[in-house]
Parts: sequence; structure tokens; C-alpha cells
Amino acid sequence: MTVVSQDKVSYFEKASVTVSRVFLPNTGGHLSNSIPSNFKHRNSPMAELFFRSSRLAFLTGLFFLLLHSGSSGVYAQPDGAALFKQNCTTCHAINQQVVGPALKDVHKRKDEAWLLKFIKNSTAVIASGDKYAVDLYNKYNKTQMPSHEFLSDDDVKAIIGYIKTESEAPAVAAAPSGATPADGGASTGIATSTLLWGVLALVLVLVLIIFLLIFITTLLINALKHKEAKEKGVLVESLGSSWNIFKNKYVMTLSAFVILIVVTNVTIDKARNVGVHQGYKPVQPIAFSHKLHAGLYQLQCQTCHTSVEKSKSANIPSVNICMNCHSYVKKESPEIQKLYKAVETGTPIEWVRIHNLPDFVYFNHSQHVKVGGVECQECHGPIQEMDVVYQYSPLTMGWCIECHRKKEIDMGKSEYYVKIHEKYKGKEEAITVEKLGGLECAKCHY
Amino acid sequence: MQETKKYWKGLEELNQDPEFLKHKDNEFFEELPLEKVFPENPGTLNSNRRDFLKLFGFGISAATLAACTDSPVKKAIPYLIKPQEITPGVANWYASTCGGCSTGCGVLVKTREGRPIKIEGNNLSFTGGGICSVGQATVLSLYDQARATHPFISGKKASWAQTDKEIQDKLAAIKTNGGKVHILANTINSPSTLKLIGEFLSAFPGSKLVQYDSVSYAGILEANQISFAKSVIPSYHFENAEVVVSVGADFLGTWLSPVEFSAQYAKGRKIADNGKHISRHIQIEALLSLTGSNADLRIPVKASQEELVILGLYNEVAKKTGASVLPGVEDVTPGKMLASVAAELVGKQGKALVVSGSNDASTQVIVNSINHLLGAYGSTIDLNNYSNQYKGSDKDFADLVAEMNRGEVSGLIVYNANPVYNHPISKAFAEGLKKVSLTIATNDRLDETASLVNYLTPDHHYLESWNDSEAKSGEFTLTQPTIRPIFSTRQFQESLQTWMGGSADFYSYIRNTWEVSAYKTQSQFLLFGDFWNNAVHDGMYKTTPSAMASATPSGDILAAGEAIKSVAGKSGKLEVVVYEKLGLKDGTHANNPWLQEFPDPITKVCWDNYVTLAPRYASELNIKQGQMVQLSAGGYSVTLPALLQPGQAFGTAGVALGYGRTKAGKCGDNIGQNAAGFFRKEGNTFVSTQYNAEIKGLSDMYELAQTQVHESMEGRAIVKETTLAEFVNNPGSGNPAVTLVTPDGPQKPEVLTLWDKHDHEKGYHWGMVIDLNSCTGCGACIVSCNAENNVAVVGKHEVLVRREMHWIRLDRYYAEDKNNPDNVDVVFQPMMCQHCDNAPCESVCPVLATVHSAEGLNQQVYNRCVGTRYCANNCPYKVRRFNWFQYAENDKFDYNMNNDLGRMVLNPDVTVRSRGVMEKCTLCVQRIQEGKLNAKKSGHPLEDGKIKTACQAVCPSNAIVFGDKNNPESELSKLLASKRNYQVLEEVKTLPNVSYLTKIRNRKA
Repeated sequence: MTVVSQDKVSYFEKASVTVSRVFLPNTGGHLSNSIPSNFKHRNSPMAELFFRSSRLAFLTGLFFLLLHSGSSGVYAQPDGAALFKQNCTTCHAINQQVVGPALKDVHKRKDEAWLLKFIKNSTAVIASGDKYAVDLYNKYNKTQMPSHEFLSDDDVKAIIGYIKTESEAPAVAAAPSGATPADGGASTGIATSTLLWGVLALVLVLVLIIFLLIFITTLLINALKHKEAKEKGVLVESLGSSWNIFKNKYVMTLSAFVILIVVTNVTIDKARNVGVHQGYKPVQPIAFSHKLHAGLYQLQCQTCHTSVEKSKSANIPSVNICMNCHSYVKKESPEIQKLYKAVETGTPIEWVRIHNLPDFVYFNHSQHVKVGGVECQECHGPIQEMDVVYQYSPLTMGWCIECHRKKEIDMGKSEYYVKIHEKYKGKEEAITVEKLGGLECAKCHY
Repeated sequence: MQETKKYWKGLEELNQDPEFLKHKDNEFFEELPLEKVFPENPGTLNSNRRDFLKLFGFGISAATLAACTDSPVKKAIPYLIKPQEITPGVANWYASTCGGCSTGCGVLVKTREGRPIKIEGNNLSFTGGGICSVGQATVLSLYDQARATHPFISGKKASWAQTDKEIQDKLAAIKTNGGKVHILANTINSPSTLKLIGEFLSAFPGSKLVQYDSVSYAGILEANQISFAKSVIPSYHFENAEVVVSVGADFLGTWLSPVEFSAQYAKGRKIADNGKHISRHIQIEALLSLTGSNADLRIPVKASQEELVILGLYNEVAKKTGASVLPGVEDVTPGKMLASVAAELVGKQGKALVVSGSNDASTQVIVNSINHLLGAYGSTIDLNNYSNQYKGSDKDFADLVAEMNRGEVSGLIVYNANPVYNHPISKAFAEGLKKVSLTIATNDRLDETASLVNYLTPDHHYLESWNDSEAKSGEFTLTQPTIRPIFSTRQFQESLQTWMGGSADFYSYIRNTWEVSAYKTQSQFLLFGDFWNNAVHDGMYKTTPSAMASATPSGDILAAGEAIKSVAGKSGKLEVVVYEKLGLKDGTHANNPWLQEFPDPITKVCWDNYVTLAPRYASELNIKQGQMVQLSAGGYSVTLPALLQPGQAFGTAGVALGYGRTKAGKCGDNIGQNAAGFFRKEGNTFVSTQYNAEIKGLSDMYELAQTQVHESMEGRAIVKETTLAEFVNNPGSGNPAVTLVTPDGPQKPEVLTLWDKHDHEKGYHWGMVIDLNSCTGCGACIVSCNAENNVAVVGKHEVLVRREMHWIRLDRYYAEDKNNPDNVDVVFQPMMCQHCDNAPCESVCPVLATVHSAEGLNQQVYNRCVGTRYCANNCPYKVRRFNWFQYAENDKFDYNMNNDLGRMVLNPDVTVRSRGVMEKCTLCVQRIQEGKLNAKKSGHPLEDGKIKTACQAVCPSNAIVFGDKNNPESELSKLLASKRNYQVLEEVKTLPNVSYLTKIRNRKA
């Protein structure tokens, strides 16, 4: 294949002419390969609860605040938390096994001196023949923990302290699959749900009391009328069943009102979530782990997503990019073999698309990553911790807008902004994306 | 207001036709109930209130249920092995040569993920960077479902191996028997192809290549052979001409190389505020052509008179230049009118040019002599750097047909030509075809000709092929593939190579040809590889042009004069002229929905052809607009609706070519009738006129889908024009300041406002200026806009109910010509969303679906729009388009957006609009965003001219300028400062960001 590219327009010779079989992100619509299937991606129950609670915010707001203040800010060693995040989270988590073991109660498993030694230089401990260390090494695929000599003893102690605190924190049910780790976390979600049911129960009780009161009042009035009639000697109709209460127009109105409120509430709840697939975590044809590649091996995102700074599409890597490494790394793995099979049969890999924007939205990766300097994780979440990628952000317009309102533009970065900057100089306000028209419709919709 | 000239958009408006008056105030022509709108299903749509409620209820429940289903799982399928030069999401542009016709304009092809989606002009080409509507639409023809997807043997599917074997066997047999194998083609200007054909034919003694053109220019070739002993078409230089006289040549629309000529012509029409001169253009013609519409002086004459006019003009010019005159001409030609025309020509000797649209050799001989007397050779006509664009010979074709019918031809290969459809002697050709034992066609579909041959070996589309071309001598251009062949087709040249027993590799063949020819003529590149790469990159290689030289004709003009004079006697009461429309041209691309829906710039009709008649003549015959008429002449007849065309010569009927296809595909078949039968043999050539015709009015009426009286502008000064004399005195003439009467005296509209001003100071403020003096009305912008913005094709019926979707339209206004009641003045005005700063649409939208941007754009938000159509009602420019139906993936609209193949042409950066939303010109916001992003990524300020809107990018005459109003250095800002600049309907104070420059006619008064 001879490919020659020059400045003005690129061109190619016959051998490299290829029909595109790819319909990557397109807002033009109707081209993307949509295959209806039974695959179900439910909305996160947590997100649902979040919206429900906001619907009833006028009641729950206060409790919500109290709850938050109660459950946060109790970490004794904030340094430890930061250090843990910086140095450990790529391979470890408190409650679950990642690359390395779950660290819950690690302080109970081994004493501090051993831990200090092992964390700072695990190779040495294993080499010394320490049985626990060797077993651990063998158990985790002979993956060695990198050396952390750069951490001081105090740092390591702070980390252990943090793990200790976390281990002792009230047990939290493992987040259901697909739940977002964002937005208040799991504990608030559960509290909110209890609270919600409490409020509902309260309302129900109140309604019952009102019913009862009306019932009694009606009975009394009827009895009174009956008595009066009797006294006056007028024949009256039988009072009939006390179910007549439901024919009472006040009761009917009230019931209708209650039903309307409940139905409306449920409808709005559901409607708000139509098309929001936060937490969508489909099974992919190849069990590719971002945690392994981006987390453990710390590959730069751009290594594989080559066009993220050039194009609107970040580019799902084609097999030839995988083969840069996998032509000699882990060739025998059944997952990698799928790549070989794809090449042999000439069938491209059909990944399940996770981030789906509607056809009428134009999104450009290069605008955000190259020009705006946005980190991938700001939208895609802790991708380096995901074994299976899920949709981290809601991808709603409100979510986009919120960032455009806050994000400040670094005017000094590029000559492009020189003239524009002159017009803003001397004004106190920060120059956000919004100031340069970042909220205007035709920035994304055309 | 000083405007006194009366404009009208159509005869309906001029005559205050009752039907017109009825709908005059109805911008949205709607017929209710629906039964009348859909007459094909009577009774099925009868509905009442109960049905409505039922449907309403069902609709709500259905929508609710639909919303409950799971979202579909979408796949993201990357390339298996990504080609190095492709970045998904980023367009690649490839230089190539247009294959729409044999004019061979240089183009740039925009591809996305390996599929071509748009064609624009290459500014290195002789066209200067423009491209016509047909050329742009060829990208859609690539994705035509009617294309042949494999070879055919006698109309049945076959394999390449089988086909090749049979053909090779038969060729071998013919060779043994010493038979002849001719190749029939339209003009071929590819040097490599010609070389290859020569090699192929050499194996069959007596065989030849026959080239013909559906609209022939053989007369010019023959005339130049007579006059200069050079059988070529010269290069014309309209930019050097201060006076242009065209007798029936539509050089801005369809004659020879219109894109090139439009660019040249526009150069002579550009004028700065302190300018004193523009070229003077006189058009003498029978039908109202696009070129005639642009003329400063237009004289309608009957077709037979056109040739006599040439004679008369020769004598007048000869008298003034001291040459000998032709005898006996005065009594046949209108001398008085010609004397003044000749005076103007002679007054600009050396800077004058006369062209004639006639294909009669004698006429062209006289034209050559006139041009010689005017000193045109060497200044406005270049015989040394000639054109290869049309080389077809009518005589060769006629000889071939005769030879075939005598049974002397053993084999015939038809290379992408369709004579059975487009040639006047198609019957004789079809008969002859039966007597040829081996007939092969390489046409792209089973069309009228291909369905009559033994073997159809379909050629690639030009966007799938390697090829070269030398349309203008010395300018070698390359065609390169921009997509892998979609179907199992094979390039004609490679088929030839296969049948010759060699390896099918035309790419190497071209390279080798270039290595021994073009490469040797240059010294810039040392290595052929570098030379080739540069040529592929640029799409061309130009040799240094030879110097223009004057030339003296040597032919016998007396004989030519006599031949023409004999015509005068032949003239009858009614004459027929066949002509090409700008959209469909000769009908090759009839199955292209973009071109079918392209309204003719003059008649504004789409989806039909018709018989045009002068209104005065029609009323004499008692024929009404839309009445079916039977027109017969020269043993051929058509039955078509009549269209009354102001400005047409009395006693002339015009019929467009390109219609009446029967095997083009479902979109182009059975629309109108074929007019090719009206061509008349005159000497060795076929001319486009018939002198003794008959017309008969029939009782049937027919509705023509016209976009003519839509969106009437109600007689306001929408188009402003002035004359050169007035302009020189006062550059602001014709463009008086608009003031409104207020209690405080007259005020400029922008002073009076209820609205707060938008802040456009900080960033960009986009604007556009359209020079009405440069705009020729060719309509290339319309197709460009369609391609760029995924504008839907809606079909004839929807156009009839005034629901066409074009974002940009060309308003055409007629005005009376005070000196000649049979003529009209024509003005064109491209009209699209004016992007008002005080937009009336914005203030009435109840859901804020149309809002203003800080950059001065009027934004339309499809996802917010609920379809109230208030905005369209409130738009004074009537540029908003409503999606009455879903036009994509809808069997009711079975055009390109209803199949996977056709949808490949869609621009992935622009939303395909759904039913129930409003849409309109966005000023190509996707291009603006792309331009800004590219600047940001490169870290440099945005340069003026880097962003071009789609309409601007293709305009052959550079009439459209887009830019930033906040940049005082921009080309736009300079034009905005012109005294000719005006906004349409300034008095309503919409403050449009699109403005126009006054049209200037080169007249005394």
C-alpha cells in the first residue's frame, strides 16, 4: 500500500481505496447500525430515587441536609484518603478485589511494621521468602506491587489509618451493577428511600384520618337528620350503607386530587428518565478491561483513541491498533484470540455503543480535549478503574450546560483568543464557555 | 420610493389571474380536507370528529407504549484495519475531474469515512473554482440504485468470467474474419483512453472510434476546419471582451463550458464604487435563456432569423471595417437594429466577441469572419489553446449508422453513450444494432441503449475510477477514485485491456502515458514519482500555454452566406427550438432526484418538460398555461403541456431535452417527453431547430410544478437595479436611503425600535453579501445547499402544493422592457434566511425554538420545535421550510433518502430533520463551527475567507461573500461599505445580516 499525503488534500492510490463499513458517531442519523435486541439497560434505581426525592424536595430537603452532614467529614486522616487515591486506587479498593486484594481490615491481617515493609518494597519481602507475601504473590497471578519507596513512613501510616477508618465504617451494600458512584453515594440513596416511604406513610395516615373524620361526621349528620325527621314525623329514605361516603363530593374531589398527584409524580419521574442511560454497562464482545490498560499499565487514552484530539469522534481503536501490542503480548488469551479471528475472517468487531447522543446533537471530542483541555475522566468517570465501561455521566443537556457555565477559558493559551480577549479585558468576571456563546443552541444543534 | 419599474414574478401576477388572486395572500397553499390533496386514494381519508378522537386516543396510547420500550442497542463498529489517511469524523478532500459531462471541470471531492458526500470546484482548474449543478449532483448518481450491479448477457445477470470469455471468443472470431469493431462514445478527452482505444482498434483493420454528442458542436468544428484548417473549438475569453454579442448561445447556462464562461463573464461585470466600466452584453435569441436574462440588451428573434442576423451583422461590421460585404443580405435581415449592434462591436474592436449557438457550419463560418473583422482572435478567442470538450461528429455518427445498417460492422462497443435515447436518428441506430453480431455497452445501467445490446459490462462511476483528461489543450487533469467500487462493475478501459488479453490495470497505463508525455514537458520535478504525486494532489498538471495569436479565416464566406440565405425561405409560421435545461441538460442524469427537483432558473418548473410559447402568440392560438398541446415538426411530435414564457420570440416553441426517459430508473422514467427527435439535419450536422412546425391545442389540462408564484414579494423594492450611466454619476443610484415617516420627521429605520440591541461586539458577527450584478442565476448554489444540508427531495406533488424544502431559492423577477413589448428584463436574486438581528420569527416562537446567537445567526433548534409554523407566517422573506412529512425512510418519498445506498450521500455533520419541525438556512453553521475549531486547534486567529458557506463555495461567478462584520479588514466589510449595498425590506427593520449589491445594467437609460 502506497500512501502519500501532502498538505492541501490527501490522496491515495488504488490499493488503499476502501469502502467505509464504519458509521461512527454521526449526527446525520439513520446510518448508525441500530439493532433492536432484548438487551435491557435499566435506569439506575439510585438515579430514580434521586429524582423522586427532588420531586418531594420541599419536605425532604431538611432531612437530606442533616443526613449529609452526619455521614460525611468524619475521616480522621484526610491525608491518608488523598494518598490512597493517588497511589493505591489503580489496583486496590477497600471492599473489592481489583488487581490486588481488597484492603478491608488489612490492618488486622498483618501488623503495621510488616505492612510498612511490604508496601514500600514488596519485591524485597517476597524475595525474603516471607510465606504470607509469597502466597499473596502467587495468588494474584504473580503480579508484583510496584515499589512505594517515595512514600514516607508517616504517609504509609496515614494510608493504613484511612483503610482502617473505611473498614470500620458501617457496612454498605455493594452498589448494584450499573449504579453510578456519583451523586451522593449509596448511603444517601438508601436513607432517601426510607425517608420517602416514611413521608408516603405519613400522607397515607393523614388521608385515612381525614376519611375517618368525614365518615364519622357524615354518620353523625345523618343520625341527626334521622332524628329530626322522626321528631317532625317526616318519612325519610333509609340511610343505606355507610359506603355512601364515597359519593360525597368532598371525598371524591379529595380522592381524585390524591390520585392525580400520585400519577403525575410517577409520570414525571419516569418521563424525566426516558433516554437517560446513566450507568449503562452493556456486555461487550471482547472483555476488554480499561482498568488493566489505562489503570494498571497506565496507557495514555490517546494511545488507542487516536483521533480524540483531531476529530469529533475519539475513535474506537481498530484491530491494527490492538495488534501493536497484542501481536506479541498475551497472544494465547481467548479474548485476544477474538482479535486474531476478526482479522482472519475480515469481520470488524461490533462493540456495543455506550455513549449515545441523540442524532440532533453535535459533539466534538477535539473541541473539548484539544482546545478545552478537558480530561477524559471529567465526562467518562474513573475509566482507569472500570473493568467494564459504563456510562458515567447522564449525558443530559442540563449536564452539558452546567459544565459550560462553570468552565473557564484560558485566554492566554492560544493566539486564537488574543482579539477576543481584548474585548473582555478589564472586566472582573471570569470568561467562561458561556460568555463566548457556549450555551447557544447552534453550538451543538444543527 | 423612487422605484417605478414594475416587476412581476409570473404572468399570473401580471395579468391578475383569478386563480393567482385567490392564492395571493395564502402563502401556505393548503387544500383541506385531505381527500383533495391525496386524490389517488379517494374515500380512504374520509374522517369525522369521532375518527379524530379515536386516532387521537390511539396516538397517545401508542406513543406512551412506544416510550416504554427499551432503547435499541446501538453498535459502534470501528474499521478492522483503519486506512492511514482516514480519521473517522474528519473529511478528506481529493482533487479529481468532473465526469458529469465532457466539459471536464476540475473538482474537489469531499469524502467522509471513505464515501464521497460533496463535490466542489477546484480553483486551479480553468473554471476558477466554480462548479455547475449537474457536476455537483453526480455524487448522488454514484449512489443510484438503478445502476447496473454486475454484467449482463442479453439482459440477464452474468459473471465477469463468463462475459469476458464470450466477448473474447467473439472478438477473436471477428479478428480472424477481418471484421470491423467500432467504438461509439460521447466526446472522449482522456489522452490515455484515446491511446488505449487506438491500440485496441489497431487489431481490427478499418475499425474506428466514433464520437458524437447529444447536443452537437460539430458545426463549430467544421467551420473552424473551413476557416482555419483546424478542426477545434477555440477557447473563448469573455473576461477580455468589453462587448459580447451572443446570437442564441446560452454560454452562461448550457453552451460549451458554462462554468468557465460564467467566471469569465462575472469578471467583466464586477465593479467597485469608483468604477466606470462593465462589459456590455447583447443577446439575440429565440427562447429566453439564462444568458439572455443577464443581457443588457436582449432582442427576441425567431430561430430562423438568428442565422440571418449573423449575416446582417457581418455586413454591418464589414461596412464599418472596410471589408467586402455579402450580396443580397439587406432584403432578408433587419438591418437597422443590427447597425447599432455592429457599431458597438466595432467601437470596441479588439475587445469584442460574437458567439453563436447554432450548430450550422455555414453560420459559424460567418461568425468566424465577424470575429476576425473585430480583431477577436488573439484577444477574446484563442485558437492555439483550444478546447477538447466537444469533439463529436454528426457525420461520423450518421456514417456509422449507415454502415451498421448495411451489415458491414461486426462488432460495436458503446462506451457510456445512449444514442437510442438522445440521438435524432435513434430508430435507424437501433435497427442497425440488430445487424451487428457483437454489441457491447459499458453504460452504468440497463438504459435505452444498453438494454438492446448483447453484453452490458458496466463501467465504474467516475468517482470510482482512475482516468485522465485534457479538456483544454495543455491542461492535463486526473480523475482519481474516492471510494472503492460499490458494485461489481469494471472500468471501461480495464475491460478493453482484458479483452485485448493484457492485464487490467488502467492506473499503471495512465502513469506510463504521463511518464512519456506530460512529464517530459516540465522541468520542475526531477523524479516522475514526485511529478505524479503533485499532479494527483492538484488534480492536474498544466503546461505553459502557448501565446494567443490572431488568425485570418480563409474559408469561402460567399458560399456560406448563400447557404444561410436559402434558410429564409424555409421559415414557417411556427418554429421549434430544442434546448437544454440547466438541471437535467441532455438527460444523462435524469434519475437524479436533486436535478429533477432543481427548478429551472427561468420557468421555475421542476419535474417536467413542456412547450414554451410567447404569451402573445399563445393567446393568438387560444392556448392557455398548462393546456396540453401537440407539437409536431419534421415528422416528430410530442404532446406536452404549454407554458407561457414572457420574452420568447413570437412564433417559436421551445422544448427541453433530457426528459421522456424510459429506462433511467424509477425517479427519472416517464417524466415529460423526449425532444431529441426535433433535431434537424442541416448539411453535415444536426441543428436544434425545426422551421415548419404545427401546434394543436388539446382539451386536457396539466399541472406544472412551478416554484414561480410562491412567496410573492408583493411589489416592494426587493431587487434594486440601476444603469451604468446613472451609477457612474452616483454610485448610490437605484439604492435610495429608506426612511420612515415619524412625528419627528423622516427617520432611518434602524433608529426606531422597540427591541434591545443584540450584543455582537465581542466575538464574530457573521454576514453575507450577494452581488446581484455577478449572480447569473445558474442555481449551482441550490444543489450545493441540498448536498451540504441534507435537504430533502419532496417530489412533484409536494412542489405543487408548495412544500418544496430548498433552503436557498433563486427568485426570478420579470420587468417590462419599455422599448420592446415582446422582451422582458429579468433579475435573479438568491434568497435564503436573512439572519435578521431583529428577527420576526424569533419573537413569535412559543417554545424558543428559533433564537438569536451572539454571532448574529438566527438559530433553528429542531429538537425544540413543535411545529406551530408561527415563525414561517411571520417571516417577511418566506424562507422557512416546514417538514410536513418525514422525508427520510418513507416509501411515499421514494428518493435517495429512502434507501441505504442513497443515504450514503448524507452529510454526517447535519441533522436529518424529522416530521413536524421547521427548518431553514443556517448560514452553514457546521462550516462556521468547523472553521473556528480548526483555527483554535492550530492556535491562530481565524483568517478571513477560511470559512465558506456551501453556496459560496461553488458559485461560478463569485457572487456570494461570507465573512465577519466585526473584522474591518474582511472582504465582507469592504462590500458592506459599498453604496450599492442594501438590505431587503430595510423598512421593516429586521436588520438582516444578509445584504445585496444593486444590479447594474450597462445601458444609457
